[in-house]
Amino acid sequence: MNSFKKNLLKKRYNAERRFQWYGKIAIGLALSFLAVFMFQIFSKGYSAFQKTWIVTEVHYDKELLLIDAESPSKDDLENADYYDVAYKAMTSLDTGLPEEEDRQLIQMVSYKYEAEVKDLLLKNPDFLGKIVPIKLTASDDVDQVHKGNYPRDIPEKNRRVNDYQLQIYDMLNERGDILSEFNISFFTSPDSREAELAGIASSFMGTVFSILVCLAFSFPVAVLAAIYLEEFAPKNKFTDFIEVNINNLAAVPSIVFGLLGLGVLLAVFNLPRSTPLVGGITLSLMTLPTIIIAARASLKAVPPSIREAALAMGASNMQTTMHHTVPLSMPGTLSGTIIGLAQALGETAPLILIGMVAFVNTIPGTPVDPAASLPVQIYIWSESAERGFVEKVSACIMVLLAFLILMNLAAQIVRHKFEKKWS
Amino acid sequence: MSKIKAENVNVYYGSKQALFDVSIDIAEKEVTALIGPSGCGKSTFLRCLNRMNDVIEICRVEGSIKMDNLELNSRKLDVVRLRENVGMVFQKPNPFPKTIYENVAYGPTIHGIAQSKEEMDQIVETSLKKAALWNEVKDRLDEIGTGLSGGQQQRLCIARAISVSPEVILMDEPCSALDPIATAQIEELIDDLKKEVTIVIVTHSMSQAARVSQKTGFFHLGKLIEFGPTDKIFKNPDNQQTQDYITGRFG
Repeated sequence: MNSFKKNLLKKRYNAERRFQWYGKIAIGLALSFLAVFMFQIFSKGYSAFQKTWIVTEVHYDKELLLIDAESPSKDDLENADYYDVAYKAMTSLDTGLPEEEDRQLIQMVSYKYEAEVKDLLLKNPDFLGKIVPIKLTASDDVDQVHKGNYPRDIPEKNRRVNDYQLQIYDMLNERGDILSEFNISFFTSPDSREAELAGIASSFMGTVFSILVCLAFSFPVAVLAAIYLEEFAPKNKFTDFIEVNINNLAAVPSIVFGLLGLGVLLAVFNLPRSTPLVGGITLSLMTLPTIIIAARASLKAVPPSIREAALAMGASNMQTTMHHTVPLSMPGTLSGTIIGLAQALGETAPLILIGMVAFVNTIPGTPVDPAASLPVQIYIWSESAERGFVEKVSACIMVLLAFLILMNLAAQIVRHKFEKKWS
Repeated sequence: MSKIKAENVNVYYGSKQALFDVSIDIAEKEVTALIGPSGCGKSTFLRCLNRMNDVIEICRVEGSIKMDNLELNSRKLDVVRLRENVGMVFQKPNPFPKTIYENVAYGPTIHGIAQSKEEMDQIVETSLKKAALWNEVKDRLDEIGTGLSGGQQQRLCIARAISVSPEVILMDEPCSALDPIATAQIEELIDDLKKEVTIVIVTHSMSQAARVSQKTGFFHLGKLIEFGPTDKIFKNPDNQQTQDYITGRFG
């Protein structure tokens, strides 16, 4: 080999090595972005899955409860007055405090503490007349202090937790009366103005209903459209025009669909505002082209030899399509559908336009009840000023991501498990 | 006796003419082989006989093709009925990705041939026996048809084609994807089948045409150059082009 040839060979090897490095660097960059993003969310959000409780003692004093009956019925307990009992449970933490300063102690628990005191007795009627320990939801400020998210060194007047409250907190913490447990209520409670009580139940159900409505509207329409276009429609200028427009539709910004939902579904058809029904239909406009494109692609992927085999056996076009082509294309269609729905899952703009951004503190039971959705919930919370909502935003993102990962996984499984291999 | 009589058949793909004035008489219960170089129109002609060209939108067929005095090239003809009577076996084995049983039972099911499960079982068994596949698959009828070997798949396709008892079977190079042993099995099968059905086979292999057929037609550039008894075509053709092709001088 002469030196010129050797040089050329060396150059070629070097070029290939360089190219591989570029690829590795590109992948490394992408992965590090992802890692930073994930780290941000997890480090901020994981604490939202812990809930802080303050343990104190409550005396279910019949006199203070204003219960007269000797053996009170459930109704008596239900209608009793818990204000004083609950109040005392908190103020007993520091008996030396002058009465006019009591609010400082009350502010350390959530405003629902009276209801919590009531619930405990309703669940355990035999506590009546006794002094029992009780867990009360800590206020979001105490919660943040306990999680170490609240800077204690800023001047007192700029803090929502004053020095006295910090002192009480430290005392309780030393006694082991500050508990940190898994935050079940984050998943079971609807939204709230108070960060310590706010949960994702309403927005989660809103998302589930929206996705179901979206699936119910877009899947049949998209699959029928795809089958007709792919298997029956003549190939001419008009069908070409339709195809181009379906592709265009897939590229329309989602907010435009939101305006359409607002202008048509709400204004013309008078469907109930802020509901998953309207949200789902609006989202289905978005997923429709995605599913049509996926379904057509998987119909196209069914080898023509299968169609010929069926036709040559004397099957009609319809039989060929329904018995063979469509079943064979289903795995691809379904995974395309799931991916389309996963896209819809993350949509925020169209839902805001149709009013699913409203504050909803009930859990929707049907698609026509007002609801929010997970991405909109993220948006709502990120606008809130309280420190307690910062971790909720990240936690909500984590739930949304988990939902998305599950759906994409399902799409992968459907594709790989059920797809026929053509040799 | 003539089963299919084609007269002046012209086929166009768009503006391109693929067949020129083809006239041919296909005899009943015989094997007719169509040979010729690639692109000569023999497959196109074969697909006229069960109207498979309908699938190709730009394809246009002119002329008259009569089967038992029924005009095949007519808009009024019900292609579903036609294809029940004229089965087809393709170049590449194309069983449905379903079980062996379902593959054979598909035709009888859609045409309502079997009245009961027992009758269907009987049809499946007879068809697989006629296709010389029964002994190999009788214990695994619920396995997927595409899992068989290439030769078995092709015999499954033949079983599927004969399951509706067609009068004619069209074969489009049925052995071109198979090894010599599988090919020999299929050829033997063709020999058996011709007792009951009329077979038209397109083949690239001249030796195959010589072995299995009674009549042979030689196509070249869309024209039927010569048609006659296989013996005569191979031993003493009238046409110089046929002679050249048979002896391997072109094609």
